[in-house]
Amino acid sequence: MSETATEREVMEYDVIIVGAGPAGLSCAIRLKQLQPDLMVAVIEKSAEIGAHILSGAVIEPAPLDELLPGWRDNPPPICVAVEKDEFSYLTSTGKRKLLTPPQQNNHGNFIVSLGALCQWLAPQAEDLGVDIFPGYAAAGIHFTADGSVGGVIIGDMGVSKAGEHKDTYMQGIEIHAPLTILAEGCRGHLSKQLIKKFSLDANSDPQTYAIGLKELWRVKPENCQPGKVQHSIGWPLDKNTYGGSFIYHLDKDRLAVGFVCALDYEDPEFKPFEAFQQFKNHPSIKPLLEGGEILSAGSRALIEGGEQSLPKLEMPGALLIGDAAGLMNVPKIKGTHQAIKSGMLAASHVVKNRDGKGFNAALRDSDIMAELHKVRNIRPGFNKGLWRGLITAVIETVTAGKLPRTLKNHADWSAMKKLSEYEASDRHWGTRELPPRDRLASVYFAATEHDEDQPVHLQILEPDICVSRCVEEYDNPCTRFCPANVYEMVEDMGNEIVGEGGGEGGEMQKRLQINSANCVHCKTCDIKDPYQIINWVTPEGGSGPNYQNL
Amino acid sequence: MKILVGIKRVVDYNVRIRVKSDGSGIDTDGVKMSINPFDEIALEEALRIREAGNAEEVIVVSLGGNECQQQLRTGLAMGADRAIQIDTDEPLQPLAIAGAFLKIVEKEQPGLVILGKQAIDGDNSQTGQMLAALWDRPQATFASELVLNGETATVTREVDAGLETIEVDLPAVITVDLRLNVPRFVKLPDIMKAKRKPLDVIALSDLGVTTDNQLKTNSYAPPPVRQKGIMVEDAAQLVAELKTRGLV
Repeated sequence: MSETATEREVMEYDVIIVGAGPAGLSCAIRLKQLQPDLMVAVIEKSAEIGAHILSGAVIEPAPLDELLPGWRDNPPPICVAVEKDEFSYLTSTGKRKLLTPPQQNNHGNFIVSLGALCQWLAPQAEDLGVDIFPGYAAAGIHFTADGSVGGVIIGDMGVSKAGEHKDTYMQGIEIHAPLTILAEGCRGHLSKQLIKKFSLDANSDPQTYAIGLKELWRVKPENCQPGKVQHSIGWPLDKNTYGGSFIYHLDKDRLAVGFVCALDYEDPEFKPFEAFQQFKNHPSIKPLLEGGEILSAGSRALIEGGEQSLPKLEMPGALLIGDAAGLMNVPKIKGTHQAIKSGMLAASHVVKNRDGKGFNAALRDSDIMAELHKVRNIRPGFNKGLWRGLITAVIETVTAGKLPRTLKNHADWSAMKKLSEYEASDRHWGTRELPPRDRLASVYFAATEHDEDQPVHLQILEPDICVSRCVEEYDNPCTRFCPANVYEMVEDMGNEIVGEGGGEGGEMQKRLQINSANCVHCKTCDIKDPYQIINWVTPEGGSGPNYQNL
Repeated sequence: MKILVGIKRVVDYNVRIRVKSDGSGIDTDGVKMSINPFDEIALEEALRIREAGNAEEVIVVSLGGNECQQQLRTGLAMGADRAIQIDTDEPLQPLAIAGAFLKIVEKEQPGLVILGKQAIDGDNSQTGQMLAALWDRPQATFASELVLNGETATVTREVDAGLETIEVDLPAVITVDLRLNVPRFVKLPDIMKAKRKPLDVIALSDLGVTTDNQLKTNSYAPPPVRQKGIMVEDAAQLVAELKTRGLV
């Protein structure tokens, strides 16, 4: 943003919420239910509500019952009651059914598209008088004179790649409010800045994450059993990598197929996208999908640190809720109910106290936290491998988390081993036939769109490292962990990409090429880069994936 | 002078179009909908004309159910002064749409009607031409440049052979092409202002327009899927493979 910018236009609200996901929209709805005269705005970077939302998703309905009594008579467009749970362990060729863990008993829960659910929540918030602004990205924080958060700065639009104003240039406005609620979801870029600025994580473990990849398929009618929920662990991951798959059977012959892989994996050559594709080609899964077609696809990071990694949730002028805070229950593989509950709790706290002060204590005192406390040791238990993790999970489940111990979380980026230190294990991955062929073919189903002539929103803080140390030490893992093929190492002379035979007279150099227009806003690079030199910032509002029913 | 601009709600250009499995139409379930991009260019041009002091009012018109109010509100947020929704749930064809526009034209008496050259869903490119004929006024289609000179307009048209410049008497119907302008971004406070701008709803049935369709659609089908290719080792194998397929 240019220094000479003229004074920005300002809009004032009582509460500004960043992010129209389940947490932000529930918070907005609750605020207006409790105090209809409150001026509430929700800012959302996606062009349409729900277009950047990607989740499984099986949800617990209790918080929705509380927020919108009667919602079951007017359910979201995709909402199938769970009929049957299945949990299995996969080897490269076989499948063994296991007892479903109690946390994954989904009786009474619903399979939804979280994107469609948000699209369904938004007009209900608008009917209550909430102003929702999709297509506008909160690019920066507005600080008041005393250093507290005083609102957000909307990103400028119509800025060229070189940072110059195009004909369509439009300066972003500032939205001021006594209270800003950050509901950006996992690894929100403003939340990240504020956690650092106010040292909100001073007393918590490092945060830990996973990457989730998902495809929505339309399959042959005989392969879809609406209400069936399938999960698996094991292959195609090795025993030191935490993760697993999901297949949720929706209505209209649709299957939500996905794979989640913890980002504390050690292998610098590991490819999460390929793991997902391998899973789909497992002999027990492939027949389900054969003859079908992909409707939509994408990826999103998940926040898995739980209680130990939960930062302080309040700072002067602002609160963190939902996955921006990190409230997901990992053993349940669910965060939506926690997001909705935290949004509602923030709303009632704010209305009661006329202020966000004390929200951190209120949330830690609530059943949201009690739920996280009970399962706090299960995810870190898997840091010692699959089998010891399962044993820890059994112990912690039987004792309901009452043992006087809390296992530690570690930072994902520091878990990656150098090439020289990692001994590759054979994962028995084979050739595969189902689409998509590769990551570019997959991005096509995300319908992601960025104006190419805008500043690159993936900032490399020390680009020299990419072509020197990283090549040697890790072989540029960004070219593999990114599910959208954003990062590519190319050889050229200067800026021109040189084709075969074009290298005459000059020195060929390796260079990191960032195809930022492919980005699906999953945030994996910001998390997993071993040098922590990739900084994800928001591109022009309205850019990014256009997910349908993910 | 008033300018009338047509706005159509269409499936967004970024969305991958999918045909319903029974072939009865396009799947729009959960699909992002937007203003037809050519209509956005038409509106941008109208706003620039008004901002240059050559028009007093810009009116956006759309035919459709209440869902098309979303696109009309976007038009108002871009800067249109008021909006008219011709309320109908019927899927209409260009002649009926042109007939409905004519009724609005007769009532509003605009000096200029600016439309997109076509909508990206039906790709008909007929409504503007039909409206000009029904209205018995000049038309200038596929405009890439538009200059107003009082009683006339000079329009540069994108035609197969290159560019063609014509002059038309006003009032006239102008349909616009991609290169005419780049539409503006909507300013966030203008979204709030747009909520207070007038949006009139007129039932299509009250306009007295025949809505009989001239065309019947039998079925929709996606284009055939590209067959999987093979990698050849050298030119000789390429020739051999082409020969076995009878292609050379």
